[in-house]
Amino acid sequence: MERTKTLKVMKTKRNVSDRILLAVFYAFATVFAVLCLYPFLQVFISSFADEVTLTREGYKLIPSKFSADAWKTLFGSNEIIFAYGLTIGITVVGTVVSVIITAMAAYALSGKALKYRNFFNFLYYLTMLFSGGLIPYYILITNYLQLKNNLLVYIIPAAFNVWNMFLLRNFFNDIPESLIESARLDGASEFVTAFRIVIPLSLPALATIGLFTALSFWNEWMTSMLYMDNEKYYTLQYLIVRMVNNVSAASNAGQSGLPAGVVSVPANTLRLATAIATIGPIILLYPFLQRYFVAGLRVGGVKG
Amino acid sequence: MTKTTAGFNKKSFISKLKKNDFVKNRGRYVLLLPSIIFMTVFAYIPMIGIVISFQNYDPVAGFFGSPWIGIENFKFFFEGSEWLQVTLNTLYLNALFIITGTVMSIVIAVIMSELKSKMFTRTTQTLMTLPNFVSWATIALFSVAFFESRGIVNAVITAVGGESVSFYSNPDVWVGVFVIIRAWKGSGWGAIIYMAAILSIDKEIYEAAKIDGANKLRCIFKITLPLIKNMVVLMTIMAIGGIFRGDFGMIYPFVGDNSMLYPTTDVIDTYVFRALRSFTNYGRAAAVGLYQSVMGFVLVIFANKLAKRYAPESAMF
Repeated sequence: MERTKTLKVMKTKRNVSDRILLAVFYAFATVFAVLCLYPFLQVFISSFADEVTLTREGYKLIPSKFSADAWKTLFGSNEIIFAYGLTIGITVVGTVVSVIITAMAAYALSGKALKYRNFFNFLYYLTMLFSGGLIPYYILITNYLQLKNNLLVYIIPAAFNVWNMFLLRNFFNDIPESLIESARLDGASEFVTAFRIVIPLSLPALATIGLFTALSFWNEWMTSMLYMDNEKYYTLQYLIVRMVNNVSAASNAGQSGLPAGVVSVPANTLRLATAIATIGPIILLYPFLQRYFVAGLRVGGVKG
Repeated sequence: MTKTTAGFNKKSFISKLKKNDFVKNRGRYVLLLPSIIFMTVFAYIPMIGIVISFQNYDPVAGFFGSPWIGIENFKFFFEGSEWLQVTLNTLYLNALFIITGTVMSIVIAVIMSELKSKMFTRTTQTLMTLPNFVSWATIALFSVAFFESRGIVNAVITAVGGESVSFYSNPDVWVGVFVIIRAWKGSGWGAIIYMAAILSIDKEIYEAAKIDGANKLRCIFKITLPLIKNMVVLMTIMAIGGIFRGDFGMIYPFVGDNSMLYPTTDVIDTYVFRALRSFTNYGRAAAVGLYQSVMGFVLVIFANKLAKRYAPESAMF
């Protein structure tokens, strides 16, 4: 009798503490999620602020005067529209090329078919651990391959990704060997086996790799900075990096980042509008990206 | 296996040829070829090209025609004081990133896996992982609205009676700023891997603990955390392997060429980049790169040794 009573007391105590803990957890998750979203909303709203008011009053949660000038300037700016188009082009072509070459290598090294596969695995794996560094790479691209100021520099040096290759190879390895062997026995060539059996079975994996590859092309700016002299060939992200650096340099020179007086081009709000415009495609693709999150779990699986 | 005893035997030559892997699996080798060419050109030739760090590099003469000068380039780098600063900055920033990132990710993972409402979990997780997909360049541009002299952060600081901070000329604030922004951007995504580890824990263990009268907090500290320890060790070891690599992609968009911020934010990678741009002497810049690569490689080996000792199943090779 006494014992069940203490047990009951313990239980209610536990329930109360568990409830409080759960409430704290819900609160934490809500706060963090809101904090993750807030900067996007803030920048989005501020991009609709009136430039002159923004200059006078500084940034506010809700601007006191709205204007769509920044967005009008954005859509009227040849520079930004051209960079947008160029970046889309690079992303589409680069992703297709990279996924094909990466998938080909992943298939070749999957299973136990190749006698020398361990040698090649090691050769590929080593490059993830050791590299020649930026300078010899830069010399290779500019002096030996003559890719400076050539649009191919966006595609060719990114046409293969070792990390993705290993991820994809592990997916391929999970396909039952017997399936591949029976196709081979039926007289199917390696190419037919690869394209008719292995690839259709790994579409989710390929989609994952494709989406992440596309994202890395979309977010690329170092290539523009290092290898492009012609401003016309800058990617969208590099335009952005230059915008930030201009602000930083301006405030460093003792001026405020916000120039005083009336400005003809809404420089500050235009910057914000551009930032929002670059993440547009990501937001659109996000639901698809999210479906394949699980692929991110396989990070630990890149073993030789 | 037939052995040819004397002279050339056509039959056995053909059968030998058929047994050769490159002939037998030619289809696969053809598929492998583009990536072999790629790796040779873009990974192994630069590795060979690192010899220029021992040369007075002459662009016309190339990787092997330039005069050799021994370790002069390294002397130049190590005799200055900057090497120590950029090395310490790199290690300090990365160590802070690893610690805060890991702690935040684990906290989020534990919390998210305790939540009951599916709908709520999915929505918050969507929001938490969103920043991970946005580039550092875009986030740096976002940050202008927050860090400018009249940006949001300063508006908040002055509203609560503080003195406004001029972010772009004050190097001291940037360590904290980077740590916070990085946790904001990456920990929601980083939590996913730990959530998967937590999901794979046997539910019966929790049931048993509950019957024994353990409350939630106790379960978290006595069951959840000990059981994801291996995953934490693995991820940390992988991160330690990369600790010599400064995150150029993050730092440059924020700092750019603003030399006032260098004291805390200049890492090996930004230093090498500037060396590339300003030195006419590529050999000297390459020497810094080689120093970084070698140190990084040594650390990977070291991290792997650690892995073998403390979490054998997480060793990479």
